[in-house]
This record gives sequence, C-alpha cells and structure tokens, in this order.
Amino acid sequence: MRLELRDISKRFPGVLANDKISIQADRGKVLGLLGENGAGKTTLMNILSGLYKPDSGQIFIDGEERVFGDPAAAINAGVGMVHQHFMLVPVFDVVEAVALGSEPVSGPLGAFNRSAARKRIVELSEQYKLDVEPDAKIESLPVGVRQRVEILKALYRHSDILVLDEPSAVLTPLETEELFAIIRSLTATGTTVIFITHKLNEVLEVADSIVVLRRGRVAGTADPKTTSRQELANLMVGRDVELIVAKGPAKPGEVVLEVNDLHVRDDRLDMAVNGVDLTVRAGEIVAIAGVQGNGQTELVEAITGLRTIDSGEMTIGGRHVEKASPREVSDLGVAHIPEDRGRDGLIAYMSIAENYILDTYHREPYSKHGVFDRKAVEAGAERGVKDFDIRTPSINTTAASLSGGNQQKVVVAREFSVPVQLVIAAQPTRGLDVGSIEYIHRRIIEQRDAGAAILIVSTELDEVLAVGDRIAVMFDGRIVGILEGESATYENLGLLMGGATFGTGAAA
Amino acid sequence: MSRITALLRRGLVPLLAVITALLFGAIVIILTDFNNLANIGSDPAGALGGALSGVLNGYGAMLTGALGDPQKIGIALETMAPADIATAIRPLTETLVSATPLIFAGLGVAISFRAGMFNIGGDGQILVGALGATLTAFLLNGQAPAFVILAAALVVGTLFGAGYGFIPGFLKARTGAHEVITTIMLNYVAAQIVFFALRGPILRQPGSTAPVSKNMSAFVDVPLLINLPAIRLDLSFIAALLVAVLISWLLFRTTIGFELRASGFNMTAARYAGMSAGGSMMLAMALSGALMGLGGSFLVVGTVGQLSNDLAGGIGFNAIALALLAGLRPSGVVAAALLFGALSNGGKVMGIQSGIPFDLLSFIFALVIMFVAAPGLIRTIWRIKVSRPQPELAISQQPVASE
Repeated sequence: MRLELRDISKRFPGVLANDKISIQADRGKVLGLLGENGAGKTTLMNILSGLYKPDSGQIFIDGEERVFGDPAAAINAGVGMVHQHFMLVPVFDVVEAVALGSEPVSGPLGAFNRSAARKRIVELSEQYKLDVEPDAKIESLPVGVRQRVEILKALYRHSDILVLDEPSAVLTPLETEELFAIIRSLTATGTTVIFITHKLNEVLEVADSIVVLRRGRVAGTADPKTTSRQELANLMVGRDVELIVAKGPAKPGEVVLEVNDLHVRDDRLDMAVNGVDLTVRAGEIVAIAGVQGNGQTELVEAITGLRTIDSGEMTIGGRHVEKASPREVSDLGVAHIPEDRGRDGLIAYMSIAENYILDTYHREPYSKHGVFDRKAVEAGAERGVKDFDIRTPSINTTAASLSGGNQQKVVVAREFSVPVQLVIAAQPTRGLDVGSIEYIHRRIIEQRDAGAAILIVSTELDEVLAVGDRIAVMFDGRIVGILEGESATYENLGLLMGGATFGTGAAA
Repeated sequence: MSRITALLRRGLVPLLAVITALLFGAIVIILTDFNNLANIGSDPAGALGGALSGVLNGYGAMLTGALGDPQKIGIALETMAPADIATAIRPLTETLVSATPLIFAGLGVAISFRAGMFNIGGDGQILVGALGATLTAFLLNGQAPAFVILAAALVVGTLFGAGYGFIPGFLKARTGAHEVITTIMLNYVAAQIVFFALRGPILRQPGSTAPVSKNMSAFVDVPLLINLPAIRLDLSFIAALLVAVLISWLLFRTTIGFELRASGFNMTAARYAGMSAGGSMMLAMALSGALMGLGGSFLVVGTVGQLSNDLAGGIGFNAIALALLAGLRPSGVVAAALLFGALSNGGKVMGIQSGIPFDLLSFIFALVIMFVAAPGLIRTIWRIKVSRPQPELAISQQPVASE
C-alpha cells in the first residue's frame, strides 16, 4: 500500500467537509476520486498536500504514519499536487517556472544553476513523453502544455504520489487524451496518481479503482471494469439521476432565428465570426459544439446585441436585429443564459431577489413609472426560488453565497420567468454537478417542447450530444458542419472540432 | 429586533474605528505633552497622571464643544433667558451647521461610488454650484421677493453642480477618460472660474482686491431654524435630511437606483441585463454633482453669505472618507456627517481650551479614515469574528470600463 488516508475528518465553520474518509492507493495505480462540487474532494487533497490539518485521522505513506505540518513536508514525502488553477509565473520560462523554489545552485554566491535544472527537466520531459519545450515562456504556452509544466514541477520535486485536481476542466478532448497517455506512462514507472474529477467518462477510462464522495463521506467504491456511468452517477448524487434527459423528437416549426453571412470582430478587431449561416426553428434545439475560442462567444454576443457586427443579417422572429441593443433583443422574448454566470449573469453582491429581476425590473409588475413594487418583486423571486428549487435561506441572501448550481438556477429561473420565443444558452452547465446538469437540461427541453427555439453553445461533447436536435460545429469562426442529433458521435464531432471538414457539412 | 442587530453590526466597525483613532490620538497627546514628559524621570507617576489628565481635559473639551456644556445648559434651564439658551445650545447647533454641507457632499460621493464612479471633484462641483447660486442671487437682487431669489439660487446652483459633474461622466462614458483624473483636474478649473468671476462686475466688492464677493445676506438668506442670537442653524439642515431620505428612496426603491447600483457592482452583468452602462455613469455623476451644487448653494447663500474661491475648503474630499465610513448608505452618511461635524467643531474648542493643537484633529480624522478603510485591521485589534464575508463596496469591483 503506497498511500492510505484513514478516517480523515475536517470541519469548517458550519460544515463537516470530510467525515471519516478513508482511501487507499497502490504504487503505480490510478485512484479516481469522484464527487460533485462540494463533496469534499478538494479538502481531502488539501489535507494530503499539507495545506490543511485534519481534525482527526491519519495519513500513512508506505505503511508509516506521517503528519504534514505544511506543504513542504508533504512535498518531501513525495506528494505532488497539480491544482485546478495553475500556479505558474507567466513571464518565466519553463526551466525557471519548474525550478522555482528548489533551484540547483552553484558557486559561492549560490547562483541559479540553470543548465543543471534544464538538463533534468529535459530528461524528465523525455522520460514521461511530456513534450515540453524548456525555454518557452509560460504565457506563450497553451493550457494543455501549462498543465504538463505543472506535472513536471511535481516530478522535478521527486513526487511519486501525484494529485491531479479536475485536470481536464480546461482541456480539449484531444488534450485530455494526451493527458491520459501521460498518466499511463507515469504509472508505468511506479507513480501513484490520484485523479479528482466529476466527469464519469474520464474516471472510467483512466482509473484503476474509484472512490465516490458525497457530502463529505465516502458514498461507495467501484471497480471501473464492472461499474457503469449510471451507477457512478447515482452514487455521486445519492439518488437515481438521468444522465441523458429523456426528450421526445423535435417538432421544428417556423424559423425563429436566422443568421446569414455574419461577420463579427473580437476585442482585438480580428474577425472572430467569419461568415456564419445558422437557422434555429421553433421547437428544436440547435447545439453549437467547438473548442473554446472559435468564435462562439462573439456569435452569441452579436445575436444578443452585446457586440456590434461587421456585416451580415440576423433576424429574430422575422425582425431584423443587426443593430438592436441588448434590451431590444431581450424585449423580443429572447432569454440569454450567459457563458460566465459570475461575470455576466449575476451581480454577486446583490440579493437573489434583485438578481431575479435583473433584466425584467423595468417591466410591470416589478415596477411602475420607475418605482419598484416591493411586494411584486418579492413574490416574483419567491416563485422563482420555489419553481426552480433554488436552495437558499432567503431571497435576500446575496447571490455570492449560493453554490454554482444554485447560482445558475437563479439565472435560468430569471430568463424563463417571462415568455420566450428564443433561448440562447452559452455553456449552461459549465462547472455544475451531475444533479444540476440534469435539472438545467430538463428545463431547457421544457422550453423547447413549449415551442421556443433553442440555441445552445457548449464545449462539452456530452452536453451537445445529450440535448442537441441538430449539432453545428464551429471552427475558426465558421460553422464547419451540421449533424442531425442521431448521426452525431464523439468521433465525428471531435474531428470537426479539430478543423476537419467532411460530408454533411452543408450549412443550414 | 433583527433590524436593530443588523444596524448594530453594520455600525460596529466604523464605531470601533473612531474609538481606535481616538485612543491613538490620546497616545499622541501624551507623547507630545513635553511639559509632563520632562518630569518622567523625577516623578513618573505625576508625569503620567498629568499627561492623562491632559488627554481627559482635551477630549472633555471636545465633547462639550461638540454637544454643549452641562453647566451652561443648567444655567439656561434655570434662567430661561434667550441669551443663556443660545449659549447652551450653540455647540450643538454649530455641530449641525458643520455637518450640513458634509451631508450633501457625502450623499453626492455615495451615489457616485454606488454607481462605480469615483467622484473626487466634490470641491469643484460645490464651488461651481455656489457660483451659480451667487450669480443668480445678484442678478435677481431687487427684481423678485427674497424667497423667490432663494429658490432660484438653489435651483440654478444645483443645475450648475449637475452640469459640472456631468462633464467627467460624459468623458468617461464616451471616451473612457478616467473620472479620477478628470474630476481632480476640474477642481482646479472650478477654482479659477470662480476666481475669474469674483473679479467680474456682478460679484466684485468695490474697492477690495480680496477674492471674496459682495455679501448677499441683506437680500437673500436661508431662514433660521431657531431665532436666537448667534445661532446660525438654518433650514438647510432639514433640507439635507430630506434629501438623504430622497436619495435613499432613489437608490433602493426606483429602477434608476437599481440601474446605478447594478452598474456599480458589475458593469458587465448590467450590460448583459440590457442596462446602459454609459447612461448610468453620466447620470450618477450628474446626480452627484447636483448634490454637491445644492450643498454649495445652501452654504454660500445661507451660512456664509458671500462667495470666495476657498468656500468648499476640502468638503468634497472629507466627504469621500465620510461616505466610506457610512458604507455608502444615506442614513450612514447623515450619521457620519454628524460625527465629523462634532469632531471638527469640538476640535476647535479643544484647541482653544486645552492648548492641544487643532492639527491633532486632522491626525485623528486621518486615522479614522484609515481604520475604516482597513476593516480587517479593526476586526483584528478588537477580535471581532466575521460570520460570513460581507459584500465589499461597489467600487472594489469596478472594471476599468470604456465603451
């Protein structure tokens, strides 16, 4: 047994984050640690890496009990942590970033011995096929490579217990595959990997054993060879969940959103949307798949009136909206679930009630002649909280104090609180747990069945495949292919997302 | 009940900030009390005692200077003579007189900060507002009854202030020019405009070269609240309280206030919700300037009676600290303005009676502001536990926005 955590408990004010959690991991194996947001995964790993002290419980490495007073002690014991948010100095090059804090020195003044560090980094990079250019500046590297630099950093410190916290959150499907290859080469040389995730596919693919956490406790363990996605999801959420929300066939009606030869520039004035044609009909869900940064954001901003377009035509319900303001678009009955709810969709330090009326405050019944009707606002917000099962002590709580899933429910509740003919949802379930994803998807499908046209933009293939009646793939500012929902697969979507064009690519 | 506890919790840190600042002030009084410190070697107990009594005398004088002397109040209650009553209540009314322009300016700063705009140009807007009021008064002199002149002067002064505040708002919304820079610079411009106007035929005192206008108290004044000798408290104090209620209503009960607050907290989300970010910037600055202008108008027409280019005297800057102390709440602004009024008024008396220099007061003011700006420090000093993270002020999240 390489690593064992036994009966670890940790209490924070008001919450028992870890309640007698025990896990074990063997040398050269991958332990998948699965759980929803807030299940206690990160707390547990912060205890392992010496950032937190457990209230009770023991840590054993090679059968010997260890107490980590600080992160340095954990590092010395061989525990390396790759955080979800990278801890790299952007202006450093790879050698500097990796060696930082444990630099080899030479000479009487203790000068940084760059060549020694570089040599070792090159060796490690080759041994584990990390393929990192040692002299490249961190800021010039894509996220996938930055993550490998983080892994290098841990290996450089002789870590042989590697903790990866939600490593795939920032990666494209292809980069995730590359990461899995690296994990396999690590375990082949005896490194133990703890892989933290809330994504079921990944843990099934890469883990040798799986521990599922729920509300600070071990909800169960599973063998990836015999378990199923459904079983894991049920363990995670604690009830039967629908991974793919059941939906009937689409009954497309008349065209609601029509986009013709749209060109839009991004903030740097480069052409981000480069000739997009798109049609969304009432009663259907069109999902736009694609790797982040291929013009989806600008497309959505253009349609919702937030970004000035360069050229092209857009109509919503037959009305031209090329020059419409966000308010004019919204008043046409367009619901917009923005990509970044924290930045664009909510005002963190306003109350739930105020966030609930954020884009309808100027209409009756919430206000008349510019003066609020407090009773109506409160009644509206109470209804939203009830309808969407938003878990909050009160409607006067700030949005900041809600969990991500509940924040998104506030946004969706608000957007669906008035009749809509078009729903534009960008990354509607990003960062949410399985239960919330199921809920949001169900609500969106309800809107479709009620006759709204739905446009979903997502980088998650699971999501696109689960809800899309038609799936358009966006690459480099263009729609490179549109597939019918049934004919879409991970493989053909993945190819299109990477820039391949083929067969069915006739734009609608 | 919960409202009261919420109120207490809100006021706790500002209150402790004031107490902490006064304690630090006491240490400085002791350390600069050279007469007593000279004896610390020969008679340590006596020296310390002397220094401490110096502190008590000083702060005692400050308290009576700000609120009134119990002895004099006793005399007034006995004799009920107008002169005695006036002497008894004068410290309190003078505190209110000092607080009044601070209320207007504090509200002005608060409304701009709520909308995410740093209005550092209070002094300039006060001056330009006062200029508008003064010009109107002299132009209407003899042509209309006094109350019409007063009303017109206040309206024009408010509009002048609003216009002067609108300029940086407009520049920010249209060009992205940062309002901190433009408002500071416009303070200098305002001082020169007033200086220029003071030399013009309408305002200049015949035969004087001092940068002070003719006096207008003979034909226009703000009615006094209490008609006793040497009591200057006038209706502008009541007006300030009413305006505070109005601003509170505007911020929290109207869609305009909602837009201002939303833009101040998170401009991107406000845009996504269909609000006009530029519109909020311009409106917030114009409203802020209007409040400054109204305060300046009351000051020049009422308490002071003549325009000078140092009329604002840093009120616009003190109002920034005050608004922060108040947590940007109109009710808090009133409370903080009363406190500032009491400190400055009491400080003068302290200076006269105890020989502790008035400069010490600036020192205490500065410490109050510093401690209010560092709530974490106050919580650490007094070991207050925070149950949950309080929303920081709107301004801490302000994106550097441009259209």
